[in-house]
This record gives sequence, structure tokens and C-alpha cells, in this order.
Amino acid sequence: MELEHRSEETVLTPEQIKSRRQRNIAIGLAVGLLVLLFYAVTIVKLDPGILNRPL
Amino acid sequence: MAFLEESSAVPGIAAISAASPRDYIALLKPRVMSLVVFTALTGLLFAPHHVNVVIGFASLLAIAVGAGAAGALNMWYDADIDALMRRTCRRPIPTGKITGREALGFGLTLAVFAVLTLALVANLFAAALLAFTIFFYVAIYTMWLKRSTPQNIVIGGAAGALPPLVGYVAATGQVSLCALILFTLIFVWTPPHFWALALVRSAEYGRAGVPMLPNVKGADRTRLEILIYSLVLALLGAAPFLLGFASVFYGCLSAVLGAAFVALAFDVYRVRSGDRANQCAMRLFGFSILYLFLLFAELLGERIIALATGS
Repeated sequence: MELEHRSEETVLTPEQIKSRRQRNIAIGLAVGLLVLLFYAVTIVKLDPGILNRPL
Repeated sequence: MAFLEESSAVPGIAAISAASPRDYIALLKPRVMSLVVFTALTGLLFAPHHVNVVIGFASLLAIAVGAGAAGALNMWYDADIDALMRRTCRRPIPTGKITGREALGFGLTLAVFAVLTLALVANLFAAALLAFTIFFYVAIYTMWLKRSTPQNIVIGGAAGALPPLVGYVAATGQVSLCALILFTLIFVWTPPHFWALALVRSAEYGRAGVPMLPNVKGADRTRLEILIYSLVLALLGAAPFLLGFASVFYGCLSAVLGAAFVALAFDVYRVRSGDRANQCAMRLFGFSILYLFLLFAELLGERIIALATGS
């Protein structure tokens, strides 16, 4: 059953594996950059005055 | 994005994309993006007040990605004619590295992200203007004008001219005369720039069925229109100085560059046959890129100096 299931799995060529890995790294870097960017923008937009708000 | 296609030429091996990140970057038209960043930065720095570095960088990134998204959507729609022209046949879709559906998904995703990001980091007006720029380039220029009228790049040129306006609006939330001048400068520069190339590549455009001016109205009419637009451009190039946005040095530079532009356009108008005619057209095409770069570089440099010295 296990072997039968495996035979239906997608077989990737070395080129496809390499390019998929490269794409994954690129997406990871892009998402990481976006997180940093939004963090920085949030800090800038918060303004130091946010600490002096009335409780 | 559909990385897995429905069928494969090789049994047992699924047609999973073998596209590298470099192919996706090519979809964004990086050279156009660099011009967009450059002109948008000029617009952004022309804001009368200080712009926070982080907000400015994030806004520029959003504008650049928005322009890239428009490029990807353009390549998705134009894949059929791109395959027929030497200049564009090596793009990722005609070469089969990326499918049309992947390019469509990639372009739409980036477009939505870019517009939302600009709305969050800058303002709604700038985001709406960026959305309009993408819509104008993809729907109005690519899908409609490009294949239907020889005035395609005249009207479509507005999309390429909008980035400095978007940059200015991102920084200020409003439009000003200075930002409109920057827009008009690129808008008037676009026709002679593209028509110079179209004169040389008219056979390719003809094969692809794109009604560029030389194919529809003839090479002579195109040469005349290039000359007329070049004269208007040379005058308009001096407008930032005449209206007080730029220094005397910029005024002199724009006069010299404008005179050179008109001289080269006159060469294109005068030399009408043989290899020399193509050389003249390509010389104007190359110089037009330098012309716009130098004018915007000077404006940008002056603005950076003014901001640094607080004047």
C-alpha cells in the first residue's frame, strides 16, 4: 500500500528541486523583509508621544 | 500561483515550474523599475517638508513593486506578441520558464500588496494613484491602446509618467505644480523615445500586429512628429528652472541637453534611408535615456543638497 502510494507521487528533476529551493528562499527573504519593514513603519508611526498618553 | 501544471510531456514527471527567482525578477522589468524608483524618489524629495527615511523608503518600495506588478501583468497579456519580437522573445513567458497563469497570479498579488502597503505607510490618495497607474498601464495601455491605435504610447505614456507624481503625493498627500511638471516632462519625453526605436524595429512591430506610428502613418510622418515632440520637450525641460524649482545650473544643463535632443531629432528627420537612418534613430533613442536620467539626476542632486543644508 505504501509502495503503491509512493509510485503516484510527483517525481521532481534535480533542476526542479533546485529552482523550488531557490524560490522558497526568495519568498522567505521577501516575507522577512516585509516583517522588518512593517515593524519599522509601525515604530515610526507610533511616535514617541504614544508613551505620554493619559491612562 | 500554479506551480503544478495539468499535464507533463514526460510521463511520471510532473510539470512543476523550474523557474528561478531571477525569472520572476525579469517579469518585473527591473530596468523600468529602476527608472520608476529614480523618478519617484525625485518626486518624493520635492515635498516641501521633511520626509521620514523609513516612510520614504517603504513608499518607494511600494511604488517600485507596483510598477513591477504592472510589468508582470503586461508580460502576461502580451506573451503572444512578445514571442514574435527579437527584443522581447527571451522574456520568461515566451521562453516557457514561467506560465501565463503564474505571471498573472504573481502580478495581481504584487499589485494588491503594493497598493495596500502604500495606503498603510503613506496615504490613501497615493495608494489610489498607484492603483490607477497599474490599471492604466495594464488595462488602458496594454489591453486596449497598444493593439488598436498608433497613439498607443502617447496616451499610454501617462502610466510611465505618473511615478514622480505618486512619490510626491505619498510624501505630501496632495498634487502640486512642481509634481505636475515632472509628470509632463516624462509624458512628453515618451513618444520621441519610443518612436525612435519603432523606426528601427517597425518590421518587427508589423509582424506582431502592433500599430506603431511608423507602421500606420509611415516613417516620414513619424520623423516629423519626433521632431515636434522634441522641440516641445526641449522647452519643457527648462520649466523647473523657469518656474523656480531648480537652479540656474539646471537651466543651463536643460538648455544644452534640449538643444542636443533637438539636433539628434533633426538628424532623424533629415536622414531618411539606409543604415545611417537607423543609426540616427538609435542614437536619438540612446540619448533620450541619458537626457531624462541627467535632468532627473540634477533635480534630485539639487534637492538632496537643499535638504542637507536646510536651505
